Amino acid sequence: MRDFETVVGLEVHVELKTESKIFCSCPTAFGGAPNAHICEVCAGLPGALPRLNRKVVDHAVMTALALNCEVTRESRFDRKNYFYPDLPKGYQISQLYAPIGRDGYVDIEYPDKKDGTSMLKKRIRIHELHMEDDAGKLVHDPIKNITKIDFSRCGVPLLEIVTEPDFRSEEEVVAFLEQLRIMLRFLGVSDCKMQEGSLRADVNLSVRPIGQTSLGNRTEMKNLASFRAVAKAIGYEAARQWAVVSESGRIPRETRRWDEEKEMSFPMRKKEDASEYKYFPEPDLPAIRITDEKIEEVRKQIPELPSDKRRRYIEQLRLPAYDAGILTSQKPLAVLFERTAELCGDPKEASNWIMGEFMKILNDHGNSGEDFDLRPDSLGEIILLLQKGRISRASAKALLLSAYEDGSIPEKEAEKRDLWLIGDKEVLRPIVKKVLEDNPKALSEYRSGKLKNKQFLLGQAMRETKGKADPSILEGVLQEYLESE
Amino acid sequence: MERETILHLSALELAKAIRKQEITSEQAVEAVLEKTDKTETDLHAYVSVFREDAPEIARKRDAFVREMPEGTELPPLWGVPVAIKDNLLLQGKKTTCGSKMLENYISPYTATCVEKLEKAGAIVIGKTNMDEFGMGVSTENSFFGPTIHPLDPTRVPGGSSGGSAAAVGSGSAFAALGTDTGGSVRQPAAYCGLFGLRPTYGTVSRHGLVAFSSSMDVAGPITRSSLDLAAIYNIVTGADDKDMTSVCAPSVDLLAMKQYSPKGKRIGIPKQLFSEEKMDQEILKAMKIAIEELESSGARIDLIDMPILDYAVAVYYILSSAEASSNLSRYDGIRYGYRASDVKDLADLYTKTRSEGFGLEVKRRILLGNYVLSSEHFEDCYRKAEKARDQVRSAFDEAFSEHDLLLSPTSPMVAPKLGESLKDPLAAYVSDLCTVPASLAGIPAVSIPVQSSTGFPCGIQLMARKFGEQELLGASYFHEKHCTSLERRGDA
Repeated sequence: MRDFETVVGLEVHVELKTESKIFCSCPTAFGGAPNAHICEVCAGLPGALPRLNRKVVDHAVMTALALNCEVTRESRFDRKNYFYPDLPKGYQISQLYAPIGRDGYVDIEYPDKKDGTSMLKKRIRIHELHMEDDAGKLVHDPIKNITKIDFSRCGVPLLEIVTEPDFRSEEEVVAFLEQLRIMLRFLGVSDCKMQEGSLRADVNLSVRPIGQTSLGNRTEMKNLASFRAVAKAIGYEAARQWAVVSESGRIPRETRRWDEEKEMSFPMRKKEDASEYKYFPEPDLPAIRITDEKIEEVRKQIPELPSDKRRRYIEQLRLPAYDAGILTSQKPLAVLFERTAELCGDPKEASNWIMGEFMKILNDHGNSGEDFDLRPDSLGEIILLLQKGRISRASAKALLLSAYEDGSIPEKEAEKRDLWLIGDKEVLRPIVKKVLEDNPKALSEYRSGKLKNKQFLLGQAMRETKGKADPSILEGVLQEYLESE
Repeated sequence: MERETILHLSALELAKAIRKQEITSEQAVEAVLEKTDKTETDLHAYVSVFREDAPEIARKRDAFVREMPEGTELPPLWGVPVAIKDNLLLQGKKTTCGSKMLENYISPYTATCVEKLEKAGAIVIGKTNMDEFGMGVSTENSFFGPTIHPLDPTRVPGGSSGGSAAAVGSGSAFAALGTDTGGSVRQPAAYCGLFGLRPTYGTVSRHGLVAFSSSMDVAGPITRSSLDLAAIYNIVTGADDKDMTSVCAPSVDLLAMKQYSPKGKRIGIPKQLFSEEKMDQEILKAMKIAIEELESSGARIDLIDMPILDYAVAVYYILSSAEASSNLSRYDGIRYGYRASDVKDLADLYTKTRSEGFGLEVKRRILLGNYVLSSEHFEDCYRKAEKARDQVRSAFDEAFSEHDLLLSPTSPMVAPKLGESLKDPLAAYVSDLCTVPASLAGIPAVSIPVQSSTGFPCGIQLMARKFGEQELLGASYFHEKHCTSLERRGDA
């Protein structure tokens, strides 16, 4: 078996996060009643014409730049013709001859399986990047034995990212997809939610004897709804092809469908007789001209990407590599970290709070950190209150939980819950005095040398304040009394 | 005013009479409807006539005229009944495109050019018959039956906008909108003795024009006068957010048009569009008269060589059929339109629906389009045709660097007899030779009615450079007023 190697290329479809569709002004909102978001354009009614949403082009150019692609200066759309009930125009508006981006790459890093700690690096080449419109959805009703069509997804903008066949293992593929996903989310161009279908990866896979330079016949695998499924499907398909090739069989070119439950793939359709899409230039849309100025303008809008952030956190903010890795794995975490560090002026403290308490909260709520509603200023405000001694550490944690769950403002919430520590000596003195009066024995023992009684007295005083005294100030006041006579 | 007199007016003349309250819009509408009731059984110019709505709208137009303060400027076609081709959408009305596929399709919105006509005060009296989806030269390829020539019941009115030409030619409308892909406005206008304008591609929004060949489709007027062409051109043109291929065009100045003189103008005649072997004698004779008259008015006319035009018909049919095959994919029986019954599965539904819902000519073009787009023939058919189209454009650019206008017959023959155009599809395609070059180049062209030697109408065509409508319509107006033209056709 080890005499074979697996060769994989990916076709990744990414739904762009624009407010309106690619060729009309219908909203792209996910969900909603079936066919709620359609008009004459996306439903392909007679006489309707596409009008290009410039935001889609901006997103595509930004992605092309982030993937180190050459941006096509005169990009065009082409029609891909085929019949299917979810395709109301009878063609998809895509890009074949002049896609928006070409010849890019992504440098991936992933742990070495052998030792589990050192990182392997590899450059994955991007063949091209193109824009297209999404199709609708067929909903099968097995009980009534009918199929309904929801056209709301028609015209949702898609980017298709096509890699070269540079992958040799599922680890590389998953590392690439994870990195791509983080990057696109950082760019703000897509949610990349595999479950909702806003990131879909089709796997083109072939096997060949080691040493052979030409590629074997490949199959295309669809319906991969998670990274786990991608990894499983690659392992399965490679083994299946090895088995066929080992027995001198030939792999037919076909599209296969991954069955997540059975963890097996099944043939969908033969490629050999079905790939006649009669592509031709889309006459309804003029060429998209992209100037140098436009490219520079978009380049300026590209936010700092995760790999750059990670380096900066380590080198400039002196965070451990592990912390930096976690904090840059999700855009909202990085945003929260940077704002918190800025507010409290202590990157390590900010990182500790996020890595510790905040991660625990996310975990308890089953949130992966991809998407949460915490106001970015909240944690910094809490740390500041803590640093100023206005709240206890326990209160700080409670405030963070409340800010996360209810969106409360820490200062107001502390007020509401009466969490302020008593730091006023004038308030604390009578309390301490009363404690000393109530505990004459402990006091006299202290004075005769039993110094550990101070801790007891402090505890009593704290109890009197219902735990709300600022511990250091309370201790100071107590010390004053103990030393005064 | 007498009803018969009314029916002879041009659209602008009628608008003026309504403005001056010499006649009401309602009277004009009633006159047209009465005429239509008389002729329609034989003529079949319309797919739908709005007998209820049109008088209703006319009364509102009239009320406005009665109550408007002195000096109010009315929109240019206030109260004028017009017809539109049945591939232009009008909300709430059927848009059949002459096809069984869309026999009962109700327009969910209105085409931009129709909306502009209505805003200019025109009243849509009905939707006219056409060759199915615009594919044909005789209006015989309509699911609803052929339209007949308004002057001769044994002949066709031309096509594909034959219904629009027959309506204006018979007095059933004062002007009409057709659509021109390869000559579908100019050729029926020529056959019926009317004026027809194919505007510069993109000047009229295609939003709401049911697509045949997207890179060549353009809506244009069929009228009884050059001034009507200009007025309607000014109304329907304009860049539209809903059509990214639409462009802003300068309007035509009607006063300047009236002062146009061909003196000193250089007019070229592409010899590929004017040859003994390709054209009927009567057409050649009519052309010769036009040439003599223009020359005696001071124009300098010469024959020019544009060899690439020998390929224009082939290039046109390759490109337009390729686009058509894709544009017509949406008629699949799934969402709207005709759906076949008793089907086994999805593939069967598609096959039966499209086999039964489309007519012969449409299926022929879809097959042709699929052939030229197939991976096997894409390079040697589609790509080659695309390159040839570029050469056609360059040839026109070169021609217009030395000429103000180009002249040719509109069609190599007069209106053929019923049934003749269906006998030999290839011969019918070849008859488009004079009109398709302007379509490929996207330039404007006008068909001006003249009399053939047999007395039957035919047309001469003038072509101008892109956005050259002022020059084109000025020359058309001059010819109309000063040369041997046809008696105005307002009444059969």
